[in-house]
Amino acid sequence: MNTPRASGVMNADIATWRARMPAAFGATPARRALRAVGWTIFAVWLVGSLWWFDITPQRLWAGLSGLGTIIVLMVPPSPGEQWVEILQGMAESVAMAFLGTFMAAIVAVPLGFLGARNIVTATLWRFSLRRVLDGFRGVDQLIWALAYVRAVGLGPLAGVLAIFTADIAVLAKLYAEAIENAEKKQAEGVVAAGGGRLASIRFGILPQVAPVMLAQALYFFESNTRSATILGVVGAGGIGLQIAERIRVRHWDEVAFIILLMIATVAVIDFISGRIRRRLIGAVR
Amino acid sequence: MNPAYATGLPAVIRGEEAFLAARRAKRMQALLGGAILLVCLVAAAWVSEARPATLWAGLPRIGEYFARILPDLRWASLFANAETEGSIAFWMYRLPEWTALILETANMAALATLMGSVFALAFAFPAARNITPSGFVYQATRRLLEALRTVPEIVYALIFVWAFGIGPLAGILAIALHSAGANGKLFAEAIENADLRPWEAVRAAGGSWVQGCRYAILPQVLPNILSYVLLRFEVNIRSASVIGFVGAGGVGEELYKVISFNYYEEISAIVLLIILTVSCVDLLSERLRHAAIGRLEAAR
Repeated sequence: MNTPRASGVMNADIATWRARMPAAFGATPARRALRAVGWTIFAVWLVGSLWWFDITPQRLWAGLSGLGTIIVLMVPPSPGEQWVEILQGMAESVAMAFLGTFMAAIVAVPLGFLGARNIVTATLWRFSLRRVLDGFRGVDQLIWALAYVRAVGLGPLAGVLAIFTADIAVLAKLYAEAIENAEKKQAEGVVAAGGGRLASIRFGILPQVAPVMLAQALYFFESNTRSATILGVVGAGGIGLQIAERIRVRHWDEVAFIILLMIATVAVIDFISGRIRRRLIGAVR
Repeated sequence: MNPAYATGLPAVIRGEEAFLAARRAKRMQALLGGAILLVCLVAAAWVSEARPATLWAGLPRIGEYFARILPDLRWASLFANAETEGSIAFWMYRLPEWTALILETANMAALATLMGSVFALAFAFPAARNITPSGFVYQATRRLLEALRTVPEIVYALIFVWAFGIGPLAGILAIALHSAGANGKLFAEAIENADLRPWEAVRAAGGSWVQGCRYAILPQVLPNILSYVLLRFEVNIRSASVIGFVGAGGVGEELYKVISFNYYEEISAIVLLIILTVSCVDLLSERLRHAAIGRLEAAR
């Protein structure tokens, strides 16, 4: 292909090139029409949703001014008179997250092995286990918390069980993936040296995946500390109960204090857990 | 006697002693770690009132509760009409209402994801270290996004229900605000990984900061951002299903009611519908995400 080297480009040349490479000259009419249809559908959906949820500028404005009042009332944050209760609630939240994550991490190990392709070769069993775990994943922690409050009564125990149940599924899935990604050579080596099937899992695979599992469990502890702060909203113990109560009676300065305390606690837990994670994983490898 | 000492060779004995010392130190460390873990566990169990006796007494009740939630389905009348006990239609007798509520929930999640992502996109450019206009703007936007995502959606919803009234609007705004913080960080990181040569070209040709963002950075990061938006939609549909617990709209209100009033079989029906919706959205969004990532790879 020789491009025209002459200084002036002829109209005929442009026509030739337009025929040869239409895409270089902008979108084709068909594409443009498709795009217009897409944007129209989007606009119709947007306007329809705004109408459905009754979102109007007046409502937004009224809400924002109400929010402004609340924020003004939040300053300065104050712990109020029952600050011991607030600290207790925070400790309860952290304890719930710790215990729930720990229990889930322990139970998820055998489940992870059962769900891994290189350990359990029965496809049907593995497939159904994975689907059940996926199903559990769709249920939010708060739903579990509400159900457990009905089953075992108000209090932090319901929160621990909710965190435990919601985490098993996700942790087991992550563990199974880690186990599937482990090297086979070590396990084969153990078998070749006369070890049994259990020994090959214990000495061939577990040492490879243990750091990954530990890191995941610590990540989950961090994220569960965040969610444990709200489980109390449905009565499952922890700081959430305190914040819901104070919002109900409109003690906004105390609400602001609790929110700041939540942010600070989560930051501290993240920091500690990050240090432990780096140290343990560095030491094991 | 230890065979290492039997050899009588000083080098072997030294080696053996070093090995034993190292093993002792490692065991001590493991023991210490285990002791700390045990103390933490006991403290956590004590604070969260999870005493073995309570747990033991509670276990049968948990089993009983979940057994009662499960629907009473019988093979003989599985596909009979809604009047027959034991049929699927009897179990899901309010399917039209629930479907409408779940549609509302999904729409809330979609609207919240859109609003949050638009907000996040606007703040992601100044919060990207490589193209931020100044260090102060960078710090300010980063801290703002961090503050937005640290507060849980439910807490926003509790406050917004006071300000905007009970209903979906409070829930949408709560989820949108949290998504803005979470997505803003991810978008900013995507922008930080973008190739800066187009940016320099646009700026050298006299383009303003905004034009640089629009014509040099956005086309590069758009597939990545779309994939994050879809991922956020998956997360938000879960949040939207529970935000109604505090009166902020969606299927959560209905779920809260049936759980509180102990309408056992209706709990499992609604939860099943939620699981089905979440799984469908997950599957759909996974395919779309792979398509977006595929376009990203093709563009490189």
